[in-house]
Amino acid sequence: MSVLKFASTDQPGRNGLLALVKAKTGQDVLACYQCGKCSAGCPLSSAMDLAPHQVLRAVQLGQRDLVFQSSAIWLCVTCQTCYTRCPQEVDLPKVMDALRSQAIQEKIRPAERTVKVFHDVFLGLVERFGRLYEVGLIGGYNLLARQPLASADLGLPMLTRGKLELIPRRVKDREQIRAIFKRAAELELEEITGQSVAAAPPASVPS
Amino acid sequence: MPRIGVFVCHCGSNIAATVDCAGVAEATRGFPGVVHAADFKYLCAETGQNLIRDAIAEHRLNRVVVASCSPRMHEPTFRKAVAQAGLNPYLMEMANIREHCSWVHADRQVATAKATEIIRMVVAKVARNEPLTAKQVGLTKRLLVIGGGIAGIQAALDVANAGYQVTLVERTPTIGGKMAMLDKTFPTLDCSACILTPRMVELSQHPNIELRTYAEVLSVKGFVGNFEVEILQKARKVNHLTCTGCGTCWQKCPEKNVPSEFDVGMGRRTASYIPFPQAVPNKPVSDTANCRSVRHLAAKERGEKLMECRVCEKLCPTKSIDWEQKDEIIVDRFGAIIVANGYDTFDHSVYGEYGYGKYPDVITGLQLERLMNASGPTKGEVVRPSDGKHPHSVVFLACVGSRDDKVGRPYCSKICCMYTAKHALMLKEHDPNIQTYVFYLDIRAAGRGYEEFVRRVQEEYGSTYIRGRVSWIYPQDGKLIIKGEDTLLGRPVEVEADLVVLATGITAASGAVDLMQTIGISYDTYGFINEMHPKLRPVETNTDGVYLAGCASGPKDIPDSVSQASAAAVKVCGLFSQDYLTTDPMTSVVDQMKCVGCFLCEEVCPFRAVERETLRGGKVVARINESVCKGCGLCVAACRGEALNLKGFTDQQLLAQVTALLRA
Repeated sequence: MSVLKFASTDQPGRNGLLALVKAKTGQDVLACYQCGKCSAGCPLSSAMDLAPHQVLRAVQLGQRDLVFQSSAIWLCVTCQTCYTRCPQEVDLPKVMDALRSQAIQEKIRPAERTVKVFHDVFLGLVERFGRLYEVGLIGGYNLLARQPLASADLGLPMLTRGKLELIPRRVKDREQIRAIFKRAAELELEEITGQSVAAAPPASVPS
Repeated sequence: MPRIGVFVCHCGSNIAATVDCAGVAEATRGFPGVVHAADFKYLCAETGQNLIRDAIAEHRLNRVVVASCSPRMHEPTFRKAVAQAGLNPYLMEMANIREHCSWVHADRQVATAKATEIIRMVVAKVARNEPLTAKQVGLTKRLLVIGGGIAGIQAALDVANAGYQVTLVERTPTIGGKMAMLDKTFPTLDCSACILTPRMVELSQHPNIELRTYAEVLSVKGFVGNFEVEILQKARKVNHLTCTGCGTCWQKCPEKNVPSEFDVGMGRRTASYIPFPQAVPNKPVSDTANCRSVRHLAAKERGEKLMECRVCEKLCPTKSIDWEQKDEIIVDRFGAIIVANGYDTFDHSVYGEYGYGKYPDVITGLQLERLMNASGPTKGEVVRPSDGKHPHSVVFLACVGSRDDKVGRPYCSKICCMYTAKHALMLKEHDPNIQTYVFYLDIRAAGRGYEEFVRRVQEEYGSTYIRGRVSWIYPQDGKLIIKGEDTLLGRPVEVEADLVVLATGITAASGAVDLMQTIGISYDTYGFINEMHPKLRPVETNTDGVYLAGCASGPKDIPDSVSQASAAAVKVCGLFSQDYLTTDPMTSVVDQMKCVGCFLCEEVCPFRAVERETLRGGKVVARINESVCKGCGLCVAACRGEALNLKGFTDQQLLAQVTALLRA
């Protein structure tokens, strides 16, 4: 087990990871007093290498490697159970989200690669069609996840029963969808560079 | 002829569930002398007492047996009830068929038979009871407070303000105790001296309070209302009647290198000194172990040569230095005693893994208080004792000498979580660039605003709390490496620190056990006083007239200590509000015809109640001072000539009990 080392000049009480999470989410992770209620109720904690409260503990101690290389941040499905029950009102799903986005920005290889693949394929399709294209999601995910025949036995029955449509449907005003994605990209860039990239979004874009 | 009434109590179902109470009452009707027997659901209730009173009148009873619970709780109740019916209260006896029978048995038949036997014995005894009369003794309405910390100060002030005379004895040269050493107090961060020193001054100027610092209690004789106490006034070598506290002597004293007790060794003091600037009394004592003049005089007596000093004597403008002053013993009388002897902090030198107390930069919480205090040795600058540099990384260890069976301290010291949090916060206020780490086992912050305070220290002040005990501290390149474990993450932790602060726990004050033995009160394995009852009588000791306050009975914070002090003061005021104390008439009595004057009784009596009396003809015999006798019976057992007897428990009564049981 790797030793957590602190030099005499370190300031774990004000570490960069804490500041980063605070900036991205407004959440003060120091408020967490490690009661473990989040981990006790989390449907996925048994599959995680760090339990949810340990992710917060690692953030408290500024342990970047521990956090960003953990499977936990990728396995969280943001079901909100933890946040609903947290006595200190730490929005853990929001923190998990922020940690995932930071890991992507820093190009850190995710401990759960297929989760990232799913997100990428899903959002790519939504950007393109304005809504989900299921056949595209199944095909794209299976290819990129290198499991082309996974769940193949379900494909034909679903097609014959009309559960899947081969032709993608599109929303009417794809301009608005594009604007949303454009703005999201700009915000992400702003976060990285710290500079404002674009003017206020057009009035037609729902906020 | 005894006319005995037996009353059997059901105590709800406490007795009735295992004992057939009506059957027992019925059986007792056949006992010698019993003219009436009844059973009732709750005899201690008003209706139950009325039942007894009516029966006494109706059946002309002259003895009563109440078969119910232990006499500990309700003996006074039933004595009062029979007295109201015109009977001498000591003609009532209780038969304990609850603790001694129903509660410890399951078989109803056996328990019923046993209850009957218990009552049979008590009936045999009560038939031989004599009417007794309680005596009254006067009391000295003066209080002795032992210990001049915040608890002692508060108790003394409360009782003095109620109009009674108080003498406060403190063994160090000043009052103020540990609280005076603190910089701030949790969780409000009040300046400790600012809230304490006004009380100290009030005490020293109070017309009802006699203050004796640099003094110790040597012996305590007597009993509630009438204690005789020997107090040792240690020689100060300074006449406090003429000394004005001008400060010349301690400013000019050439012996400047004595480790200061008040600064817990962090600073130095002179041989002639006051412990701190606001000390009360603000007049010096000369520490005879270090004073060059005293040492010179001692050397001269031995015929050795040592340089003469006498600087203070020459410079004192009021000629108050008195080398001839000797220790003095004062004998005084008091009606009550409050023991507020305080605490000491745990000596961490037993921990080899923390450096046996030898690393200069491993200090205690109390030492840090002195470093942070503006009147402390560094004028409030927090620096490393080793090189005087400002620390950047400070590690705190909680539970040092607490919750540790290995060092004989399995208990929680209660205040360390809070004072450590306070230290972490204050260090950050001293220097925002300081990073603090706190290794803890659990955070115990039960008190108003306490938990919120600890949260604030972590959330706002960024103190890094790590759950786990530190296993090892070792020096490396001028720093200290602290090895521990973050048990929350399950990973080992290594912190490089400039300064380590040990939150040493509370132990009984040095000499506590000797003091308890001197006074004659019971204490636990750690040297803390045992309360009369931990919940219902928390400020009384098991000796009448001796009360306690503060850490004398275990770890307490300031508010708890002050509350206890005021509680003890109320108990004392209650005692002093009486003009006479009623004594138990169940005392020993000497049959002077049988006494041969061997005085074995005098030797065994723990209360010194045996006196000598010369009869006409020159025979010296024993006599019992009834106001001192506690009726313990030791002398009765010791007497070889059967000259002694205990009223209410005479040999004849006890023999009758045994005989009744054996003949049944």
